[in-house]
Amino acid sequence: MSVRRAASRVVGTLVSLGMVAVLGFFLFRVLPGDPVLTLTRGRPVTPGEVARLRHEFGLDRPLVTQFVDYAASLLRGDLGRSYFYDQPVARLIAERVGPTLLLTGAALVLSVSLGVWLGQWAGWRRGSAFDRAATAAAVVGWSVPAFWLGLLLLMAFGGPLPTGGMVTPGSDASGAALAWDVARHLVLPALTLAAVQFAQYTLTMRASVLGELGEGYLTTARAKGLPEDGVRARHVLPNALLPTVTLVFLMLGQVIGGAIAVESVFSWPGLGYLAYQALSAPDLPLLQGTFLVFSATAVVSNALADVVYRLIDPRLRGT
Amino acid sequence: MGGEGRPGGRTRPGLRTASSAGRRAGVPPNAAIGLGLLACVTAIALAAPALVPAETLDPTRVTAPVNQPPSWAHWLGTDPSGRDVAGLLAWGARVSLLVGVASSVLAVVLGTSVGLAAGHARGWLEAALLRVIDFFVVVPGLVLALALSAVLQPGVWTIVAAIGLTSWSTLARVVRAQTMSIEARPSVERVRALGASGWHVLGRHVLPALGPLVLAHANLAVGMAIIMESTLAFLGLSDPLAPSWGAMLREASETGAATAGFWWFVLPPGLAIVAVVLAFTLVGRGFERSLTVGLGGR
Repeated sequence: MSVRRAASRVVGTLVSLGMVAVLGFFLFRVLPGDPVLTLTRGRPVTPGEVARLRHEFGLDRPLVTQFVDYAASLLRGDLGRSYFYDQPVARLIAERVGPTLLLTGAALVLSVSLGVWLGQWAGWRRGSAFDRAATAAAVVGWSVPAFWLGLLLLMAFGGPLPTGGMVTPGSDASGAALAWDVARHLVLPALTLAAVQFAQYTLTMRASVLGELGEGYLTTARAKGLPEDGVRARHVLPNALLPTVTLVFLMLGQVIGGAIAVESVFSWPGLGYLAYQALSAPDLPLLQGTFLVFSATAVVSNALADVVYRLIDPRLRGT
Repeated sequence: MGGEGRPGGRTRPGLRTASSAGRRAGVPPNAAIGLGLLACVTAIALAAPALVPAETLDPTRVTAPVNQPPSWAHWLGTDPSGRDVAGLLAWGARVSLLVGVASSVLAVVLGTSVGLAAGHARGWLEAALLRVIDFFVVVPGLVLALALSAVLQPGVWTIVAAIGLTSWSTLARVVRAQTMSIEARPSVERVRALGASGWHVLGRHVLPALGPLVLAHANLAVGMAIIMESTLAFLGLSDPLAPSWGAMLREASETGAATAGFWWFVLPPGLAIVAVVLAFTLVGRGFERSLTVGLGGR
């Protein structure tokens, strides 16, 4: 990647991160009119208490001053204090990152392997019964809301498998027993999240295999006597995999959305469930914190997609 | 693998999208099924107040026992507050269709105008619009819609705004690319050379050419919007006074209906969502296919 391009990419990412911060401020401080009213909606509060809260949050100062304070504390990694837990938002978020990474990681491995496998065969044997079945499965998977699929799996396997949380409550297992317990809790949420995501990988993989089929290098490979399976595995696959690899990064926004729904169904103690709890409380600082973290993650991973694409596709080096 | 045909046989370059698309001309049967399904659901949604009077769904007035399995009196049983599940389902169609269509109209209008502007403008305006589009493409839609509907007053129109404002960016990107390619056509250049203004070119030449593309996208957008609406309702963000499929599933989840095995109000709302989303997707893909053939494998 040329220095100029890299620099413009870095600047673009920083601008986007800045926009996330501004949007977070706008959404949670400006748009509600008065966050204190939103916060105390439906609860008995005296005007004195409202005034005290307004002062506590600095809402009685000009917006510009408020924004400067907000930006300064963001840069320090201070995301405010949760009303509900009465703890720093940043600490609450840090505690929940691990479970979310475990869940989304497991779902990612499942959905990418399934999607790539289905997609390449569907594309390679396009028009066949397998292709039609795989495409139909992908289109249906695309239309199923993640949370409903979660409920269905709960209904079907809720007996033999645990229905919520990450560990059995009250168990003091450790080592291998703990890992086994977590794995059992992971099965249903990970399957749900994977099932609603594999569609995207299947359709992309299929389309990129179809895109390679007309290329001249396949004729060359066949002319030198390579069997069909060799042509597929050695020549078509590596090329067709490129868009899928970047899709992993580009899909992150959707993965986050799916994680919120799935973690809420299974009370999986991750960031998505935290956002759900913040929503139910309602706990605006916590919701703002999860909003900032989710959006910033999506921005960064999108920038990474560009870098990764250039790394794995030699044709793009130096452009 | 002998001579009986290679699985990945020869395809002429440029035919890649047409291979699956061009199988049939005219309205693809899938799209026809989708249209038929949508007509039925729309009819049920419109007839819901007549078929199922609103007061029969008022939890304070129902007399039926709660959590009843399907019977002749209640085709789909009753929910945890004794309401008729079939009736709730019919009323839920109103919210899903209204929110799905209204938010997609908002998203399509926004996406088309921003995309047109970004494709037509030059200089700093183009750069600024591009940055805004890119930003909204990247920021997770559900997260933004969640935040928007949490801070605004709860209600159907808040949900419409939240979904519409977060799902216009992909269309804007596509419209921008198309606008640029249409404006580069010799015919449009000729019009411009004859002295036509930018507005004339956009209104009379670019916009009509964009029509089919926008229509195809709009159908796919409605499906996505309905999923998002039901997800928001499931997470607790919906109009508390209007029964919706997502809110039914929230009730099912909160009252432990899924773990208790009360399938009659876990299955129907979800199946309804899948059916409607699938219908819009089929119609959208139908449009898209006839379009890709028309554009020569865009």
